[in-house]
Amino acid sequence: MNQVESTPRALPETSEWSFEAIDRYHEEIARVANRYGLDTYPVQIELITSEQMMDAYASVGMPVNYHHWSFGKHFLATERGYRRGQMGLAYEIVINSNPCIAYLMEENTLTMQALVIAHAAYGHNSFFKGNYLFQQWTNADAIIDYLLFARNYIASCEERYGEEAVELLLDSCHALMNLGVDRYRRPQKLSLAKEKMRQREREEYLQSQVNELWRTLPHHEHRHDRDAQTRFPSEPEENLLYFIEKHAPLLEPWQREIVRIVRKVAQYFFPQRQTQVMNEGWATFWHYTIINTLYDESLLSDSFMLEFLQHHTNVVYQPPYNARWYSGINPYALGFAMWQDIKRICEAPTDEDRYWFPDIAGTDWQDTFDFAMRSFKDESFIAQYLSPKLMREFGFFSVIDDETMPKLGVTAIHDESGYRKIRETLSEQYNLASREPNIQVWNVDLRGDRSITLRHQPYRGRPLAESSNEVMKHFARLWGFTVRLERFDDDGSSELLLETRIEKRRADT
Amino acid sequence: MVRIIDRRFDSKNKSAVNRQRFLRRFRKQIRRAVGEAIAGRSIRDLDHGEKISIPARDLNEPQFDHGRGGIWEKVFAGNDQFKAGDSIARRPPSDGGGGSGGGQASNEGEGEDDFAFQLSREEFLDVFFEDLALPNLVRTQLARITDFKSQRAGFSTDGSPSNINIVRSMRSALGRRLALGSPFSSRLRDLQAELEEKTATLGEDHDEVRALREEIARVRAKIEAIPFIDSFDLRYNNRIVVPKPITQAVMFCLMDVSGSMDEQKKATAKRFFMLLYLFLTRNYEHIDVVFIRHHTKAREVDEEDFFHSRESGGTVVSSALTMMRDIIHERYAGGGWNIYGAQASDGDNWDNDSPVCRELLGEHILPWCRHFAYIEITPGEPQNLWREYEKLLPAHPNFAMQNIEDPSQIYPVFRELFRKTVV
Repeated sequence: MNQVESTPRALPETSEWSFEAIDRYHEEIARVANRYGLDTYPVQIELITSEQMMDAYASVGMPVNYHHWSFGKHFLATERGYRRGQMGLAYEIVINSNPCIAYLMEENTLTMQALVIAHAAYGHNSFFKGNYLFQQWTNADAIIDYLLFARNYIASCEERYGEEAVELLLDSCHALMNLGVDRYRRPQKLSLAKEKMRQREREEYLQSQVNELWRTLPHHEHRHDRDAQTRFPSEPEENLLYFIEKHAPLLEPWQREIVRIVRKVAQYFFPQRQTQVMNEGWATFWHYTIINTLYDESLLSDSFMLEFLQHHTNVVYQPPYNARWYSGINPYALGFAMWQDIKRICEAPTDEDRYWFPDIAGTDWQDTFDFAMRSFKDESFIAQYLSPKLMREFGFFSVIDDETMPKLGVTAIHDESGYRKIRETLSEQYNLASREPNIQVWNVDLRGDRSITLRHQPYRGRPLAESSNEVMKHFARLWGFTVRLERFDDDGSSELLLETRIEKRRADT
Repeated sequence: MVRIIDRRFDSKNKSAVNRQRFLRRFRKQIRRAVGEAIAGRSIRDLDHGEKISIPARDLNEPQFDHGRGGIWEKVFAGNDQFKAGDSIARRPPSDGGGGSGGGQASNEGEGEDDFAFQLSREEFLDVFFEDLALPNLVRTQLARITDFKSQRAGFSTDGSPSNINIVRSMRSALGRRLALGSPFSSRLRDLQAELEEKTATLGEDHDEVRALREEIARVRAKIEAIPFIDSFDLRYNNRIVVPKPITQAVMFCLMDVSGSMDEQKKATAKRFFMLLYLFLTRNYEHIDVVFIRHHTKAREVDEEDFFHSRESGGTVVSSALTMMRDIIHERYAGGGWNIYGAQASDGDNWDNDSPVCRELLGEHILPWCRHFAYIEITPGEPQNLWREYEKLLPAHPNFAMQNIEDPSQIYPVFRELFRKTVV
């Protein structure tokens, strides 16, 4: 008690949390975050139980979502892992919404709660608000409303058309989810009111468009004969779900709407998949910096710091390649190290840093941070800022696995001749376009059997996985006619890989 | 301004719907798994959930993905031996890591695993009932546990602080202290004896005496350092909750184990016995189960033998009925027992024996029984035993029989039984 009186602002140091304590911590964390110029959405902190945390996990972290068996499966898997003690639950789930919702789990100690507030409610939150990908592709104001709309709409479809029909449709959409995103266009803003109002309108309009496409009156044929070689679509379309929503001939209006919902949800998560290292690193950097600042102001006790540091070091540990528990590069470790390194380059650059990063060496670190956070994604962030010093510290080396060679080859290591090569390889590793197969809609046989042809352009000779056959069936279910998948090689030749035939006019509806 | 919201008391089972969807979608696999689980369970053992596993392949969510092959170039951390240009032998594909496309390998490996999860008691019973085609009203009645009472069940090593049993805890703490301290105690005794001797011969201030005293102090400290009570000394009063039905009953299971009863028929018979047992547990506090199997001779056996051993030879059903009659007279004739009988057979009986069976059942067994059910598990025409038993039906409302091929036809033999108690 005496200690508390001597430093009146000192924060509570029990390990049990209470609402007052969380409020006090939040106040101080917010003050420090503000001092560092973090621009955030308002914060909403929600206390939940571990069971609710698993619920949230199961529905991809969102507070509301439509119903689907696959979420039930994820819940069971999470529950099993958690009960057996194989995995702890993540410390935090934070939702890119306005206000930004951060979940705190009731089981955690006060120290953990403070860490999560700093990490999620200020780290991630400022990243969501600032990063260009999130600004471009997500709309924090509307996402919760939109998911609410989606859930109600899908529930009403289930009532009207049967749970099974909806479930099969969602299965098919989920199979194409990763290839159902726009990479270069900006989607329109969503809001609950607008969405509802326009939904009916869109239904009718879409349906009329579709009918137009498939009109096969005789007088059309003369005209079309001349340009029988033109493809539809004239440019390849990379967003498979978008193409299905707009052009699949046999879908009912409600089915198109559901395709659209899945597409929108996929689009919402698109930036997250591309900014893992940056985003987690950023949040980790800020919880580390904020908590340390509070400690320097002697607001925190030593016992608090010890517990905090233990969690922190666990999070940023990078096991070496030959450890049994090595599972790739830890995005927290790499991200945290990179942000720390950028700060170091700004504040105390060496000659090497001046040579490699002439534009940021010795500048104000907060300005540099702000710029870097706003303007990059993992791929470009690594290409821009991974320093030779870090490559040495991590002991990075790149290995090539070419199926035509009998052995694996080490192509570069962390030395003068390898820095650029490693940086390039690592950056490529986070490039979504090379992580996922490049499959685009190539052609629809408009005047023939309405079959659709997809083209796969292999990246460095990588074939498609076996599951593709299943995905083709899903695609065929949505399209309603025969689907073909061709491989398009660099030399311009193409070869038929898979074909799913549908002879019936109407399948699975 | 921050908003802190306490959501802990909001609805817990947001995923319940998704879970139901999952169970419904994989109904077929789950039923198969439940069927296997039933085969492995005792018939007394229906009232808890079950860990079910179904092949992960079936619940794959496919995506377009890269497969193995082509060129993969990846960065790894923690270089300790490589230089640019080194070459490394490929690892066999099974161990996943190495250089060959990391994640890919482990994904494929996972594909072969089973996806295991826990079915709750309700979900388990639901699948069980579905096989038996029970009417809903009966399902609800059977699945409901009406009344509970909590009763002592010894001591356990974990529990809530309010249930700590002090005497037991202290006793085990004492035991632990004795066990851990005994090497030091005997050493201490030796040292003290030596000290007395040395003091007598060498005097108080001699070096050896002083060394001995220090040693004694050290050993004492060691003994004192053993904790007085440790968390694993704690014992808690254990109380368990058991359903509280009314009285007692005995259930006779009679089964033909002659060569013609194959595993499939036995599995059907097992469900028949289970259903009767489940019904009895809902209505009686204490239930004895008597297993009698027979071919030409009858034997009383335990459950394990009842279902799992197989003998060949002819069939004399009356041997089992005689035995049942005798057991009733010996053990259950006091009037304090409700007697239930369940007989399963493939209907094949030695011709001259069937009239004897009818007489035995009609005269000596049915008068004692609350209910006696007979199922004949055969796809073909009813056999002679069936025809003899049929004659008993009009005079005995507590007797029911049914010719069945699979478990969904079992219910009718219990219809009367359930109707009485359901209303």
